[in-house]
Amino acid sequence: MTGPKGFILSAKEIRENNMARKENIIPIGPFHPLLEEPEFFKFYVEGEKVIDAEVRIGYNHRGIEKLAEAKTYDQAVFLVERICGICSTSHPFAFVQAVEDVSGIEVPERAQYIRTIIGDLERIHSHLLWVGLAAHFIGYNTVFMWAWKYREPVLDIFEKISGNRNHYGMFKVGGVRRDIKKSDLPELLKAIDEVESFCSMLLKAVIDDPVIRARTKGIGILKKKDALDMGVVGPVARASGVDIDIRKDFPYAAYDKVSFEKIVMTEGDVFARTAVRLLECVESTKIIRQCLKKMPEGPIDAEVREVGVGEGIGQHEAPRGEVIHYTKSNGSNYPERHKIRAPSFMNVPSFKKTVIGESIADAALITAAVDPCYCCTERMAVIDKDTDKILLNGNELVRLCQEKTERIRNKK
Amino acid sequence: MNLAEEISQKFGHNVSVSSKSKRRIFVGVSKSDAKELLSYLYHDLCARFSIATGTDTPIGVEILYHMAFDRLGVIVSVRVLVEKPELKMPSLTEIIPATEWIEREIHEMLGVDFIGHPNLERLLLPDDWPEGIYPFRKGDQGK
Repeated sequence: MTGPKGFILSAKEIRENNMARKENIIPIGPFHPLLEEPEFFKFYVEGEKVIDAEVRIGYNHRGIEKLAEAKTYDQAVFLVERICGICSTSHPFAFVQAVEDVSGIEVPERAQYIRTIIGDLERIHSHLLWVGLAAHFIGYNTVFMWAWKYREPVLDIFEKISGNRNHYGMFKVGGVRRDIKKSDLPELLKAIDEVESFCSMLLKAVIDDPVIRARTKGIGILKKKDALDMGVVGPVARASGVDIDIRKDFPYAAYDKVSFEKIVMTEGDVFARTAVRLLECVESTKIIRQCLKKMPEGPIDAEVREVGVGEGIGQHEAPRGEVIHYTKSNGSNYPERHKIRAPSFMNVPSFKKTVIGESIADAALITAAVDPCYCCTERMAVIDKDTDKILLNGNELVRLCQEKTERIRNKK
Repeated sequence: MNLAEEISQKFGHNVSVSSKSKRRIFVGVSKSDAKELLSYLYHDLCARFSIATGTDTPIGVEILYHMAFDRLGVIVSVRVLVEKPELKMPSLTEIIPATEWIEREIHEMLGVDFIGHPNLERLLLPDDWPEGIYPFRKGDQGK
């Protein structure tokens, strides 16, 4: 694996550095088989305390912006859908809006509602996946199992609507590719009711648990000023008191036709981020139910023949925050430039503000709290500076994190 | 007074403002005035820096700074042309800390040199990527 110059260090280099700087480096990453995006963190520690942090990305850079220039607008929708496996509809959602923005293509109302349903179903399953992972890190494996179990019915709904559990292939410029059958509505509404009761139950279980509160409150705080400076988006911003939500601020699809709350908290810690995500799941079920009931009859596709000349910008509030696509059309079938910005690009740099000063036992949890298409935790290793021996590996660091929870639990 | 009028009144002939639609404003500005304009949008009008797009053109690299006004639901895109062959642009990291990563990305993908950037190291490309090859350039240069 080639990496950036001097960034990935061998055990020998780490030892030399540790001798010279009188501090220890903990490398995290870059690869992990479970999670979809490789990143590499280098934490400098003194004892158990993290005193500096660096991050490096790019291991998964596939040049999709460049590839998109060689794809027609119809093909590019499928291409951008494959940027991410978890929030696979976020990129097509932003992209089709960018293309529609070029020459002001009107999308049929029914298609707008279907887009909203898909967008928010995805939010629920993405947030539940995160809650499960975060619970695992702090040693709550029952919550982990629950959260993922309750994610299943959401994927079943997706299968019913689109035919796929992930990568739904629903979006196209000017509309959507599949309609929601009228005969499916009663079943879908019932399923949504179930998902809502699951989410409410999980919310209560997590928010009211004294050990989870003790373990996550006041940990990894991102102050409002830092959040604004770093330009973070989504639940990370909203947990730090920055009340931005593209669904409310830049109304699109059918989000202005349904009522829902913008969830904002001010603490900025891991607890606030958890609470924001769980509360959003409940709001999302409300959005989907309203859409299923209010959806008007009519066409689902504007049958766009030409994109036109010009520039367009499309945004979508993905589960992790604002995703923004910019496209420049020269009138041909292919975009001249296609810029993609995923929310993690803004959220990941906030590590520097949240991890420093915290203990190693919390580092895994704090880095996970950003939900950065997160990876690598199991690749953490603490290396003895004299012998090059790995003292702690990823599993042991998760264990450290879980033991801290256990200590709190026993004190109660 | 709307945002487009406010910008053209404040900066007069130094900028060319075009409102593409109610929610999209494009502002063209010279390289020397870019910092002042972006600082005004970011600090005085409290815009959020969303992202910057770099595009290769025959005469230079065009950078679009997308500034989001969440309260108004408007995106103002500031267009700056960085001329070839020098491709030098003052870094905005001092006024807008969030530009750090995207400037590194535009640096390695398109070859723009951001003067005053604290850490213009590679962010995305691997170590063994040859110097002087910029993947997002058009034509032969972007092999």
